[in-house]
Amino acid sequence: MTNTTADARAAPLPPGTKAPEFRLPSTPDQTVSLAEFRGRPVILAFYPEDWSPVCSDQLALYQELLPEFRKFDAELVGISVDGIWSHLAFAKDRNLHFPLLADFEPKGEVARTYRVYRSNEGTSERALFVIDGDGVVQWSYVSPVGINPGADGILRALDGLAREGGP
Amino acid sequence: MSTTQWAALLTMPVAESRDHIQGPADAPVTLVEYGDYECPYCGAAYPIVKEVQARMGVRLRFVFRNFPITNSHPHAERAAEAAEAAAAQGSFWEMHDALYENQKRLRDEDLHVYAEQVGLDVESFDQELAEHVHAARVREDFMSGVRSGVNGTPTFYVNGTRYDDSYDLDTLLGALEEAASN
Repeated sequence: MTNTTADARAAPLPPGTKAPEFRLPSTPDQTVSLAEFRGRPVILAFYPEDWSPVCSDQLALYQELLPEFRKFDAELVGISVDGIWSHLAFAKDRNLHFPLLADFEPKGEVARTYRVYRSNEGTSERALFVIDGDGVVQWSYVSPVGINPGADGILRALDGLAREGGP
Repeated sequence: MSTTQWAALLTMPVAESRDHIQGPADAPVTLVEYGDYECPYCGAAYPIVKEVQARMGVRLRFVFRNFPITNSHPHAERAAEAAEAAAAQGSFWEMHDALYENQKRLRDEDLHVYAEQVGLDVESFDQELAEHVHAARVREDFMSGVRSGVNGTPTFYVNGTRYDDSYDLDTLLGALEEAASN
């Protein structure tokens, strides 16, 4: 993929910031809150939309890497503005076994608090956050929307956390 | 175009002792591909890489590493292990080619047929596949790719730096020729 348009990416919440709390639906009758992950790292993967080719590839890669993330005791959640039924169908179709949260109502509210909402498009940026066990942002990154950011940055951030607070 | 904030560089250097390599060690350009045998984009890239190799000859060294995305491609891991099992018998590239030329037929029975066609000792081939003897090697390739910024397949590295441009023949060949003249 190439992206030659002017770089108008959002500046995400920077490292050192307290990660804003949220509670979002993961299924029709379940919600997930950030506070539930206190005590271990959590990876927030904001992505623009279910079903888009880049999102599918990116999340497929992360699915493949769940065992690697677990070595750091880290949890992964995907977040987009899609509704819960879209998320469920998408996860089933793509064989994704981590929570996809619906930032659907009010639309994009969580993306806004993390400063990764694209008002013109009505979706979030393709943004990654690694949050430590104390709920502080350790690393954040916004990728051009058409480019899959891969996972090397996430693993590097988790390496850093393991070095600091490691056993 | 590379747009990551860090340089996407090959973290595991090419090693004659472990990698599957075509072309001379002293070639001015090394092209590394991270690929998945069931991925249609890799299938599309396969003849392009062949053509680039034909045109550049001894000026190009080509390296293939495994990057199976198993949740999208249920046969990709087995196919990668099959290629490694063939490598254990000195026939990696023959199997690699057979897999890409038969991308839609990668069930275990199919792999067995290719092993026969390539002339492998099929008994030990089947046994190694059944015991996942080469799974660790495939995973090592995969993780080296993840650490190097592989974000999908195929991902190419030219002389150790991720190549983010189009891999149509003219663009890829142009980039490799430029690297060769630097």
